[in-house]
Amino acid sequence: MTRRDKAFLAIISILIILALLVVLPINKGILGKRGIRLGLDLQGGAHLIYQADLSQIEPGTGAEAVSDTIAVIEKRVNALGVSESVIQRLGEDRIVVDLPGITEMEKAKKLIGQTAILEFGELIEGEGEAKWTDDLGKWKPTTATVDGEEKELTSVYFKKNTYVTTDNLGRVLLVFEWDDIGSKMFEQITTRLMNKPLGIFLGNDPLLGEDGRPIAPTVRAVITNRGQIEGLSYKEATELSKLLNAGRIPVPLNLIREQTLSPILGSTFVSKSVMAGLIGLTLVMVFLTAYYRLPGALASVCLLFFTIWMLAIFKLIPVTLSLAGIAGFVISAGMAVDANVLIFSRMQEELLLGRTLNAAVEAGFRRAWSAIRDSNISVFIACGILYWLGSSIIASAPVVGFAVTMVIGAAISMFSFVIVTHVLLRLAASTHLGQRLSLFSAYLGKGK
Amino acid sequence: MINVIGKRFWFLIITGAYLLFCIISLGYFGLKPGIELTSGSLLTVRFTQTVTEGDLNQELANLGYGNAIVQATGGGDFIIRTSELSSEDKTNLENGLTTRFGQITEEEFSSVSPLVAAETLRNSGIAIGLATVGILLYVAWAFRKMPKPFRYGVCAIIAMAHDAVVALGLFAILGKIQGWEVDLMFVTGILAIIGYSINDTVVVFDRIRENVTKGKSLDFATVVNLSIVETLPRNLNIALAVLFTILALLFFVGASIRSLMVLMLLSVTAGTYSSILLAPSLLVVWEKGEWGGLFRRRPLPAKSQ
Repeated sequence: MTRRDKAFLAIISILIILALLVVLPINKGILGKRGIRLGLDLQGGAHLIYQADLSQIEPGTGAEAVSDTIAVIEKRVNALGVSESVIQRLGEDRIVVDLPGITEMEKAKKLIGQTAILEFGELIEGEGEAKWTDDLGKWKPTTATVDGEEKELTSVYFKKNTYVTTDNLGRVLLVFEWDDIGSKMFEQITTRLMNKPLGIFLGNDPLLGEDGRPIAPTVRAVITNRGQIEGLSYKEATELSKLLNAGRIPVPLNLIREQTLSPILGSTFVSKSVMAGLIGLTLVMVFLTAYYRLPGALASVCLLFFTIWMLAIFKLIPVTLSLAGIAGFVISAGMAVDANVLIFSRMQEELLLGRTLNAAVEAGFRRAWSAIRDSNISVFIACGILYWLGSSIIASAPVVGFAVTMVIGAAISMFSFVIVTHVLLRLAASTHLGQRLSLFSAYLGKGK
Repeated sequence: MINVIGKRFWFLIITGAYLLFCIISLGYFGLKPGIELTSGSLLTVRFTQTVTEGDLNQELANLGYGNAIVQATGGGDFIIRTSELSSEDKTNLENGLTTRFGQITEEEFSSVSPLVAAETLRNSGIAIGLATVGILLYVAWAFRKMPKPFRYGVCAIIAMAHDAVVALGLFAILGKIQGWEVDLMFVTGILAIIGYSINDTVVVFDRIRENVTKGKSLDFATVVNLSIVETLPRNLNIALAVLFTILALLFFVGASIRSLMVLMLLSVTAGTYSSILLAPSLLVVWEKGEWGGLFRRRPLPAKSQ
């Protein structure tokens, strides 16, 4: 055993221990919660793709508008309390929202798409076009003139520090603060509307209180910098304050793709696929050992290492495991074994030609390398294109999952089998085990 | 040594025959595209009452969805496929069904706009095309020291196309019998086939490259045959190893990934065949300029060792 082999062996051992530390402890679960992240197709949830309409904004500011939109959606989704949600830009003007575990699609869509703007209105006296109508009468937006410009009073002028509290009578209050412009406007309006009602509207409807009646407080004093809304239920007030603080989505959004996936696969799927994986792994290891003897056993050890490394990297990056990812895992494990089988086939051939074991090991590796390299590079080419397909334009988590799994798999397999197998084989060849050629080939044992 | 290459015309004729069969079934049955490729909405609902497909079809027609396609999945689940539904359309549809059949549960819902569908279709095509060209160029480059390296690339691509056509043909038939759809998952499967097939083909070609360089024989057919026989154990072993894993997943995980696993099962089988027999046979036929020989009564025999 040379010094280089010793160094490699040390590195391999360290990598295995590190990977085990990442993957274990098992009781936290290899898959699912706190383990490897499962894709929507495995754990259920909602998948939405929005297209931002950038036609109304100035050219060149599109990228900024989309990032602002993403930030707002993130805040709203956090208000939903979804863990592990993914909100990403897709291409230039699209946004993907993945909400694991969400089954109430309508609620989620409403929350994401709703632009929460509170508008304030005053009753129309005499003739005039009504924007809202309710039990109290006809309403129009209330306005004030700031810097020579007439503006409608809305929650756009709220500071983003709205909160909910209860007063000493136990009434729920939504408390907000006006910014500079809002303060000036509110001062004018409360002066003008003294002892008159001030209507509050959310979209096309009046804001309804817990009792189901429109909230329209009567102005009792001139107010400048702050205000409060009374009469909402605690839950409604909290949701509304979160939405108000999250701000406004700067561009109109169109939903172009939506999908809910039921978590029917659920926990049984996870345990089943772990079992299927173990059975498949065991079968392959038995087969390798039976056919290739000692090298086969070594390859089995490497396959185990490969699996541990894959799981560790999946957890570290983290890579979301989907159905397609599992398919990618199988194929790349297959290709990983393949590299080994190639090497052993060559070794057996070299041994049959009468070479010494050491020479056969080296020749096996040298000869097999070109095929391993070429096939892995072909895989990299195909997966690079797949990744582009899945991530840039149409956003398909399965396609991306497949491509990423295959690339990681191919990279690890090249490392694991070319370096690890090589070192282990050299190690075996240098011990007394390696002197028994029958361990290396079923054919050789009978002949000699 | 087995003379595999000597029977190359048989392989080509048999391959041609079943490829023709695949293409005919593809043309006759057509593929059943999923909504990802054609746009539309897919709603999976569960009824608490017993509902027949006929009842459901009728009610959907009453609600104005005469074009809806209904499919029962067992256990009281139905998949309803319609043109793209907006939120309101969907609520109306669900309310209508509830009024007629009692409580329903929405199991899954998926909706794709025509814009996205058209893009998906186009990009899938571009992806498969780019992958093909990329691999063709790489293989041609990897075999640049061989005479006529481009042929290796072309033969590898033909082997790949063979696998894809077989998969398409099978899915045309399964689409008819089982209602299996061609969706993004299928495109992924096809790309998996490409990945696996090219891997196998490269292994055989790599051995041809080595044996030609060593000057094992002056006759190209003999060299190719030798290379096939030498790589045969490896090719079969690896196919077996992958098949074990796929079968384990197929049997133990079940229905949810069945279509992908069947596609992969097929891809390993077709990929192994096309790599061992089809691609090298084509290479030899091309090298010897025997394309006309396919139509002659007397195929030119290859020399065996």
